[in-house]
Amino acid sequence: MKYAYFPGCSAESTARDLYLSTVAVARALGLEFAEPEAWSCCGTTMAHQVDHDLSLSLAAANLLKVKDMGLDMVVSCASCYSRMKIANHEISTNPKKREIVSAALGRDYDGAVKVRHFVEIVIEDIGLDVFKKALTHSLGGLKVAPYYGCLMVRPPEVAGFDDPENPVYMDRLINAMGGVGLDWPHKVECCGGSLTLTRSDLVVKLSESIIVMAKDSGAQCIAVACPMCQINLDMRQDDILKTTGHRYNMPIIYITQLMGLCLGMPENALGLNKLIISPKAALNFIRS
Amino acid sequence: MPIKIKRAAAGRGIIDQVKALSGIDISACLQCRKCTNGCPVAGYTTSSPSEIIKKLQLGAGEELLDSEIIWVCASCATCFSRCPMEINMAEVMDALRVMAEARGAAKPQGNMPLMNKLLLGTIKTFGRTYDLGAMALYKAGTASYAKDLDKLPMILKKGKIALLPPHGADKKMVKRIFNNLEKTRKKSK
Repeated sequence: MKYAYFPGCSAESTARDLYLSTVAVARALGLEFAEPEAWSCCGTTMAHQVDHDLSLSLAAANLLKVKDMGLDMVVSCASCYSRMKIANHEISTNPKKREIVSAALGRDYDGAVKVRHFVEIVIEDIGLDVFKKALTHSLGGLKVAPYYGCLMVRPPEVAGFDDPENPVYMDRLINAMGGVGLDWPHKVECCGGSLTLTRSDLVVKLSESIIVMAKDSGAQCIAVACPMCQINLDMRQDDILKTTGHRYNMPIIYITQLMGLCLGMPENALGLNKLIISPKAALNFIRS
Repeated sequence: MPIKIKRAAAGRGIIDQVKALSGIDISACLQCRKCTNGCPVAGYTTSSPSEIIKKLQLGAGEELLDSEIIWVCASCATCFSRCPMEINMAEVMDALRVMAEARGAAKPQGNMPLMNKLLLGTIKTFGRTYDLGAMALYKAGTASYAKDLDKLPMILKKGKIALLPPHGADKKMVKRIFNNLEKTRKKSK
C-alpha cells in the first residue's frame, strides 16, 4: 500500500519523535510512504486565526502536490490533519472559496484528495488482525489512557473517522498490543494547544486536569497522537510541580512509539529518548 | 446573570460584519449553553461563547472586540461539535480575532496576535515554521525573556526543538500564495 506522507513542520522540530516512530512503524507494517516534494507548512493555528483564505491556500498547496502523485495523503500531526481536512471541506463545498484558493495557488484545486490519519489507516487499511500478527512484543497489561485531544476528532463534519465524543481507535490499538486502553472521561478535552507560549498559565491548568483524571483512572502512561498535546502534557509537568507542588511523573508517549516497541524496535529509533518525563516505568511492562 | 451591552451607534452592531467575514449565521442560537458548558477556557476568563453570541444578537458594537475570550479561545471546536444548531463558533472566534486586529483592539495578556504574526513570518520566509526563531522574537517583543528559559537547554539537548531554520520547502509557492492574496485584498478595497 502506497501513500503520500505529509510530515508537517513539527516533524523536523518539536515532534521529531512522532515522525521517527510513524515512519518506522509504517515500514515495519509494509506501507510505502512517499513525501510530497518540497512540502510546505499547512498554516496551522496562526493562519486560520489571521486569514482564512491564507489558511486554506497554504494547506491546498500541499494537497495539490499530492493530487499530482495520485495517492491518498497520510498525516500524523493532528493539526496538519485538521487543516488539510478543513481546506478540502471548504474548497469542495464552497465554490467561492475554491475560486479564491485556486487564484492564490495559480492552479485549480477541487478539494478531492483523500486525507487520512495514520491511526486510521492502520485500523482501516491494514486491519487489527494483520497488525496483531506483526507484533513481536506485548504491552504486558500496561494501563494506558488514550488521549485524543481536539484536532483528530473535531469538528466532526470534517474530521470524521472516529467518534467525536468517545473515540476508540487508539483504545483498540492499545488493547491489540496487550495493554489496557482505559475508558476515561478526558479523552477529548483540550490541553490549551497553541496557547502554550502566550498563556502557559492556562495550559498548565488544563494539562494538570487531564493528567489528574488519567491518574485517577489508573493510567500508568498517557498515549497521544498530537505534537501539541504531547509537548504540553510532557513539558508542563515541571511547571505544574512549580506552581502547585504536585508531582505526577506521568509519561506522555506517542501511540506510534508504543506500536514501534511492540514491533520490536529499539527505543532510540522511536525517539523515546526525547520524552521529558522518563517513560521507563511504563516500558518495563513490555514483554516479548 | 443579566447580559449587558452598549448598543452600537449603527443599531445592529457588528453582527453583520461577523457574518460577512465568517459566512456563519448565528441567528439560530437557542442559548442552550452547551458551547459554554463544554468550553475548556470559559471558566478562566470573563466571558463565554454563548454570551458572545447573545451580545452579538442584541446589537453589541466594537467594544465586544476587547473581550479576552477572543484570544484565550484555543480553537478546540468543542462548541461547534456540540451545538444543536450547528453554529461554527470556532470560526466566529476567528472572525472576531481578525476584526479585533484590524481595529487595533486592546492587546490581550499573552500577546497572541504577535505570536501569530511572527510564526506566519517564518512561514513566509522559510516555507515552514521555525519555532525557535519565532519564540526568540516573541520573547524580545514581549520582554518575557525569563519565562520558559529554564527549559531551553534541556529541550535543545534532547533534540526536542530544531536549532536551525527549516529548509527544503517550496518557498516560491508559499510566496506566491501570500502575494496573490495580498493583491486580491487590495483590489477588493
